[in-house]
Amino acid sequence: MHVRRSYIAYRTIVTKEVTRFMRIWVQTVLPPAISMALYFVIFGQLIGPRIGNMGGFTYVQYIAPGIIMMAIINSSYANVVSSFFGAKFQKHIEEMLVAPIPNFIILAGYITGGVVRGLVVGVVVTGVALFFTQLHITNFLVMGSVVLMTAILFSLGGFLNGVFATKFDDISIIPTFVLTPLTYLGGVFYSITLLPEFWQTVSRANPVLYMVNSFRYGILGVSDINIFTAFAIIILFIVALFAASLYVLNRGMGLKT
Amino acid sequence: MKALEIHGLRKTYANGLEALKGIDLEVNEGDFRALLGPNGAGKSTTIGIITSLVTKTAGTVLVFGKDIDTELEAAKSYIGLVPQEINFSQFESSLQIVVNQGGYYGVEKHLAYQHAEKYLKKLGLWEKRDHPSRTLSGGLKRRLMIARALVHEPKLLILDEPTAGVDVELRRSMWQFLKEINSQETTIVLTTHYLEEAESLCKDIAIIDKGEIIEDTSIKQLLSQLNIETFILDLRGSLRNPPAIDGYRIQLLDESTLEVDVSKDRSINELFKLLSEKHIEVLSMRNKANRLEELFLRLVENDSNRVGPEESKAEKINAR
Repeated sequence: MHVRRSYIAYRTIVTKEVTRFMRIWVQTVLPPAISMALYFVIFGQLIGPRIGNMGGFTYVQYIAPGIIMMAIINSSYANVVSSFFGAKFQKHIEEMLVAPIPNFIILAGYITGGVVRGLVVGVVVTGVALFFTQLHITNFLVMGSVVLMTAILFSLGGFLNGVFATKFDDISIIPTFVLTPLTYLGGVFYSITLLPEFWQTVSRANPVLYMVNSFRYGILGVSDINIFTAFAIIILFIVALFAASLYVLNRGMGLKT
Repeated sequence: MKALEIHGLRKTYANGLEALKGIDLEVNEGDFRALLGPNGAGKSTTIGIITSLVTKTAGTVLVFGKDIDTELEAAKSYIGLVPQEINFSQFESSLQIVVNQGGYYGVEKHLAYQHAEKYLKKLGLWEKRDHPSRTLSGGLKRRLMIARALVHEPKLLILDEPTAGVDVELRRSMWQFLKEINSQETTIVLTTHYLEEAESLCKDIAIIDKGEIIEDTSIKQLLSQLNIETFILDLRGSLRNPPAIDGYRIQLLDESTLEVDVSKDRSINELFKLLSEKHIEVLSMRNKANRLEELFLRLVENDSNRVGPEESKAEKINAR
């Protein structure tokens, strides 16, 4: 592998990806800020005081990390799936496929683009959250690493979705029918300790639960899940999805005939 | 040095279509080679395999000695591709598209900008460099794809029907540009439907039909296989009927234009003499441009009606 050439290619893909979502920030950065503000208003300000404390915090404080994480998950996923499918649809993915770029560099470039959008949206939504509540970071390292890993994981998910999508419907099916239920049932708005034992066990099969709780631990210092277990599971998912993404890219699935 | 070596290349698609049936093709460094064939002959599949957009079923492809199976990145680094279909982002500017392509090939940013400026200027796109690519006309989009393919200054430029749908003036300016690129030692492989294009640009030609190379020779050699050459004669006066002259097939295209088939064993001097005797004065004469087209159609038709593999192609061409 030609290291300098690969680095320039990686930098080009990342710059292109970041430029793309920043150029259309009204579609990519603003909507999560608005919808998350609505969550804070409705669940935090209007309904929250009637619910009372949860895990030793006001309800709005308790849900704030989950809402930020939800925005990061959705944005990372959406960035890669829409960008990669768009490149496939307009065929300009061929610009990269004919160039001497190792496949893992193409993958890394798209994933980095998704991570950057996830982080930008995360910062914006955190700014929105601060209008409604105060957040004190308990463990910066845990918080930062969970954000990074979550953005990587869902960028990989978006990449796989983009590879196999053949029409525009296909890029909204997974977010609508898989991602949204997983996120809503992943402990964003409640602690799973409120659920019956059976549903607590079922909830533990949901990977989003580990990310939301780890992130909540990083900020508030409370979690329904053991933090080491959560990290191990997130890393396991990243490794599995990265391997799957590289495999489909190397085989040219959905890209080559 | 061979710029391109293809041996036993086969491609069978998932639906069972056998697009390539074991083709062999060699292109020398510095050549300007045409790859001709009807729709569905296998031209784009061949190009797709060379550029790794299509996976081959069998065979080997070497680009400047680099095998695409074992040294794919090195092989790719030599190639610049101008595809048949527009395949750039409709939302980016021309300049950004070309510079990004340089980045994908590992060209340093400042160099990519220099090369982009050079080729966008040469191809008449510099004034529109900041316009979104979707606002460009069809011809400019095709030229943008050429500029993009050249940004890393490839040693092998592959063009898949680059002038399809382009008006005559623009086509000729693109030909001029391609000749210039080829004169700077860039090897060019071109697929085209415009046989005049192949005749004007290329020294060598390969004709592909139904996944097989049915002819691979120089254009000069190929045209020499023609027994008959057709000329168009513009007359001073007007005629009602074509003159009857033994040994020449003459058609009246309009009242002052004749089309004459002259076989190789007859001289043009003799034709003029016989016309003069009939008081027909010729103002000007030109070759009918579609000689290659006729030959191509005959080759492809003969291939379809092939009765046996031993039959010589040259015999079939001369059988007319």
